[in-house]
Amino acid sequence: MATTLLTLNLSRFGRQFFFKPLLFTPAPYPLKPQDVTFRRKFHRRLSFSCGTFSRRFYSITTVSSSRVLDYDVGADDEKYDVIVVGGGHAGCEAALASARLGAKTLLLTLNIDRIAWQPCNPAVGGPAKSQLVHEVDALGGEIGKIADRCYLQKRVLNISRGPAVRALRAQTDKREYAMQMKSIVESTPNLSIREAMVTDILVGKNDNVEGVCTFFGMNFYAPSIILTTGTFMSGKIWVGKMSMPAGRAGESASHGLTENLQRLGFETDRLKTGTPARVDTRTVDFSGLEPQHGDEQVSWFSFDPEFHIEREQMCCYLTRTTKSTHQLIRENLHETPTYGGWVEAKGPRYCPSIEDKIVRFQDKESHQIFLEPEGRNVPELYVQGFSTGLPEKLQLPLLRSLPGLENCSMLRPAYAVEYDFLPAHQCSRSLMTKKIEGLFFTGQINGTTGYEEAAAQGIISGVNAARHADGKSLIVLERESSYIGTLIDDLVTKDLREPYRMLTSRSEHRLLLRSDNADSRLTPLGHEIGLIDDRRWKLYQEKQAQISEEKKRLKTVRISGGDLAADVTKLSGQPVKDSSTLESLLKKPHIQYRILDKHGFGNKHLTRAEKECVEIDIKYEGFIIRQQNQLQQVVNQQHRPLPEDLDYYAMTTLSLEAREKLSKVRPQTIGQAGRVGGVSPADITSLLIILESNRRKAQEQRRHQMLNAIKMDTDRHVPEVSLTETVGS
Amino acid sequence: MALFLASRSLICHFCRSTRPPPLPTVALLSYQLRYTTYRAFSLLPSEPKISTSKTLKPHGTSKEKNTLVLKKDERLVESLGGVHETEWNTSTIAAIVTPIGGCPGAVGIVRLSGPSAVAIVSRVFQPAKKKKRKNSGLFSWQPTSHVVEYGVVLDSHGNVVDEALALPMLAPRSYTREDVVELQCHGSEVCLRRVLRTCLEAGARLAEPGEFTLRAFLNGRLDLSQAENVGRLVSAKSVAAADAALAGIQGGFSSLVTSLRKRCIEFLTEIEARLDFDDEMPPLDLNLIMDKIYSMSLDVEDALGTADYDKLLQSGLQIAIVGRPNVGKSSLLNAWSKSERAIVTEIAGTTRDVIEASVTLHGIPVTLLDTAGIRETDDIVEKIGVERSEAVAIGADVIIMTVSALEGWTSEDTKLLDRIQSIKRSTGLPSPVILVINKIDCAPCSRTEWVSGDHNFFSKHVFTCAVTGQGLQDLERAILELVGLDRIPAGGRRWTVNQRQCEQLVRTKEALARLKSSIEEELPLDFWTIDLRDAALALGQISGEDISEEVLSNIFGKFCIGK
Repeated sequence: MATTLLTLNLSRFGRQFFFKPLLFTPAPYPLKPQDVTFRRKFHRRLSFSCGTFSRRFYSITTVSSSRVLDYDVGADDEKYDVIVVGGGHAGCEAALASARLGAKTLLLTLNIDRIAWQPCNPAVGGPAKSQLVHEVDALGGEIGKIADRCYLQKRVLNISRGPAVRALRAQTDKREYAMQMKSIVESTPNLSIREAMVTDILVGKNDNVEGVCTFFGMNFYAPSIILTTGTFMSGKIWVGKMSMPAGRAGESASHGLTENLQRLGFETDRLKTGTPARVDTRTVDFSGLEPQHGDEQVSWFSFDPEFHIEREQMCCYLTRTTKSTHQLIRENLHETPTYGGWVEAKGPRYCPSIEDKIVRFQDKESHQIFLEPEGRNVPELYVQGFSTGLPEKLQLPLLRSLPGLENCSMLRPAYAVEYDFLPAHQCSRSLMTKKIEGLFFTGQINGTTGYEEAAAQGIISGVNAARHADGKSLIVLERESSYIGTLIDDLVTKDLREPYRMLTSRSEHRLLLRSDNADSRLTPLGHEIGLIDDRRWKLYQEKQAQISEEKKRLKTVRISGGDLAADVTKLSGQPVKDSSTLESLLKKPHIQYRILDKHGFGNKHLTRAEKECVEIDIKYEGFIIRQQNQLQQVVNQQHRPLPEDLDYYAMTTLSLEAREKLSKVRPQTIGQAGRVGGVSPADITSLLIILESNRRKAQEQRRHQMLNAIKMDTDRHVPEVSLTETVGS
Repeated sequence: MALFLASRSLICHFCRSTRPPPLPTVALLSYQLRYTTYRAFSLLPSEPKISTSKTLKPHGTSKEKNTLVLKKDERLVESLGGVHETEWNTSTIAAIVTPIGGCPGAVGIVRLSGPSAVAIVSRVFQPAKKKKRKNSGLFSWQPTSHVVEYGVVLDSHGNVVDEALALPMLAPRSYTREDVVELQCHGSEVCLRRVLRTCLEAGARLAEPGEFTLRAFLNGRLDLSQAENVGRLVSAKSVAAADAALAGIQGGFSSLVTSLRKRCIEFLTEIEARLDFDDEMPPLDLNLIMDKIYSMSLDVEDALGTADYDKLLQSGLQIAIVGRPNVGKSSLLNAWSKSERAIVTEIAGTTRDVIEASVTLHGIPVTLLDTAGIRETDDIVEKIGVERSEAVAIGADVIIMTVSALEGWTSEDTKLLDRIQSIKRSTGLPSPVILVINKIDCAPCSRTEWVSGDHNFFSKHVFTCAVTGQGLQDLERAILELVGLDRIPAGGRRWTVNQRQCEQLVRTKEALARLKSSIEEELPLDFWTIDLRDAALALGQISGEDISEEVLSNIFGKFCIGK
């Protein structure tokens, strides 16, 4: 372990040492905390003492030539390690991860004032999405911290439905969120920002990316480029029959890049999504509406207690569609793009427009509509569940058919947006494209929707872009490791027909991928990669130690009779035997840790979150272990890697469909191959046999070569090294 | 290449912290990593309590060297108590490897192969010599490779299933190059199936056709020239599977499985929709759900019932005809089998030995066993015959006790009945007994007398006349009813549940049982999905379908959701 840390720090050191003095990109804010620099210095000294020869050799040979140029030319403002195109939720997370790993990073965005903007619902989390946020945070990402800092309201959903589907959802202050993220991006060392519209990708001789070219003719160079174009690539927004090119309302689209990507051989396609109208909160009569308050005990996305700062919460309200809403829509169906027939692209199934809901579920008399504030200081109200393709002139009457909104005024109309995306089978699971080395696609460009999905991809591509620039191996999170892994695996293997949203039902082993254990699943990796600093790491270790101590305590402390036993019997309906352990009590139905607390058997030193972890671990131990064993079986069978150069068309034992699909998707593991649509279990068995045969053939050949080499060896003297080389390659 | 070197040096770094491997090992690692997962290093040298196992698996052949990360949940590691990471195929497979059907051999073999073969066998096999040490708690069987041990196979309740010889062949000195254990038991199909079932219950998986050979190949046991044969084997397997599927489509089985699976998925949809979109869902009706689960388990039971038919098809029925001398047992056999298989005379005690005759009953091979009339006798030959009759009666699936209508119920009949009853009690045999009142033509007296009399012991009463063949159809119907074949609808008899389907059905049944208990214990909704998913997956294994996408499309199709 020590060595890993050192290698990572050494690289950081190397970079800083070389580039800090040369970095003359204007940093808008001075580098922030002093102690960070101090800690780095400390490591620096350590790494000096332990730096190994091979490591040094490695950094010299693999560091991109641009850096050598930096020295010579001294114009390093155009040369970076990583360039991130797009400043949304994917772009920010990617740029931060990359810069924090020590890569000199440039963030190019169309509009600096719209960094980390929430163009749709200003909310973070919800089922499955909250797991993504926790996981990104566990790896050292930012989204959870910002959401914790800018929340307007927080609620835990699905509380009674099981620990794996429990989900935290936060309504956030849209403007504050963007401001916070912007200031963090601006104050992060190694990270520069520039407004620019990227129109072309510069590709080198070996199909490797070299840089980007902007509309105004600037070239920026880097060995790793991350594209996070969101809805901007050839974006077009629709209100009723009217449309205009735009990435979002009021922001121009990005043109030219799609064509250039197509020229490079990428396949592109189009997706559509939409956002409902915003109304003026001052014109809404809340008196008759059902209020929805936040939780009294606030929960947190981030595992870092430093960001657990409670704030005053705002209220959301619930209203419903009425008969006149339904009638209005039915009468004007021909005015909507889908039913009028001028837009073919179907919207996402999990986010249907109000006209879709009314047409498809005719027997439902009323649909719930949520009114959610967009900020503390803005009058805008988000009308959740009410997105529509109707023309603007009909939107206000439609809104006014809702109870409480009879006299409302509309601030922004609902609109739909169409944009280009690149089917993600063109990426491998590291999010690097298969065609062009060093080019990464992240976020909505891969066909996802949602800030959380974007951030999850962002942190992975940010880490990998930095590692690629540094010549390190890329990180791939296995499907079974996390929702992030599941998300990316789904994207690169499955056919996408609608924007991809994370859902808990997409994960086969979701009981193991809970919010509460996101840190124990991923923080060690975050630490290893270098995104989790020593302070966080220490906190993490302390927490795990606390939990494990407490579990031991509950196993050993026994009670006989008494109030606790009586209470447990009453609540669970099960008798309590004499000298039962506290653990056995906790395993009984309806018994929670707080019952132990109530009778003074709890541990006062534990935080609420830690108690929850202990409770889940003990209460559901049987289920968890069963799933873990199932997962282990899957893992052992499915994680066998597939060579990249397999010629599936030549495999006559595979079905025709399997040959086609596998050639297109080019899966990286056997498990992935099995998930590709149209590939049957029999195909997988055939594939295994072919692989084994190939391996044998290769072995045979190697043996021949070695024999020949030895033969030649006896003829002329060849140094021993070449022998090991043959074995290695 | 430079990149490759670099990643190699990285791996080298990672490894070095635990123990510095010599250079050739590192070089080997870079391409042998595909075959070995290994604990690379502990992340926390200062805190030995929490340790991470990191599996670094860069693509050996890939141009782009990825580090695949599957972190264990650190909190879980301790509670799992060090689940060891093993090779690619963790599952341990088991199958009967000697032929079944036809005449049973003296010895049959159940073979297990896989990393936990020894562990599984130690759960079910108790070596004879270690019996004395049983009190010293859980012993684990520590076999010496290629040394045969004698012992007994026990089921999960500790009942003896069979005597067996266990032959361990530890990796790599075995056919599959995995740990292989062969249990040599008695050759009868029943024994073998029970031993196999016990192994499956202890954690083994039923082997696919040709899977031992496939493993032998994948583990490098067979040479390249044999690969083609394996390929042929596998394609034969899929042809067989296709045939089976085709047969399934014709019969009612596939529609039953499809309907079961559909119900599981519908139910899953209801729950999953509530988990992912909690806003607009009406609450679940618990009673309705319990009813649904109950009816699903009943259907599964029904389907499993046909597994018996399958067994019957393969092994047939054995029917013993017993009775005191000269009640017409042999005539019955002759009439039934439409042959003169047994010698029939007026003399009591003509039949001395057990006589077999074969008939077919609704497609099931039936062996009729005519026995010597059971009575107290001094004749040595007849005495042996009587003993044999009793032995046959014990082993039969159905016993037909024959009495003569002419003579009515005699004291000897009572004695015989007592004997059968005591035998049945002592051996715990469930085989039903039918009372056949023969020679009904000679005494057309009141039939009700027989039925109403206190002969509750008999499962059925049938009146026959062996000479005219009268009542034989009634007898056949009674037998079919007793072995449960009448419940299979006429159209459905064309399909049967084979062992593989049976395994999946049992899995479904167990999953539904667990689901029921989850609901009863009021566990949160999410836990229901685990077993429901398991049930749907098991059913999907029969019909060869996956579920994940289906549940999603169902949710979107069925519910109005979304924000």
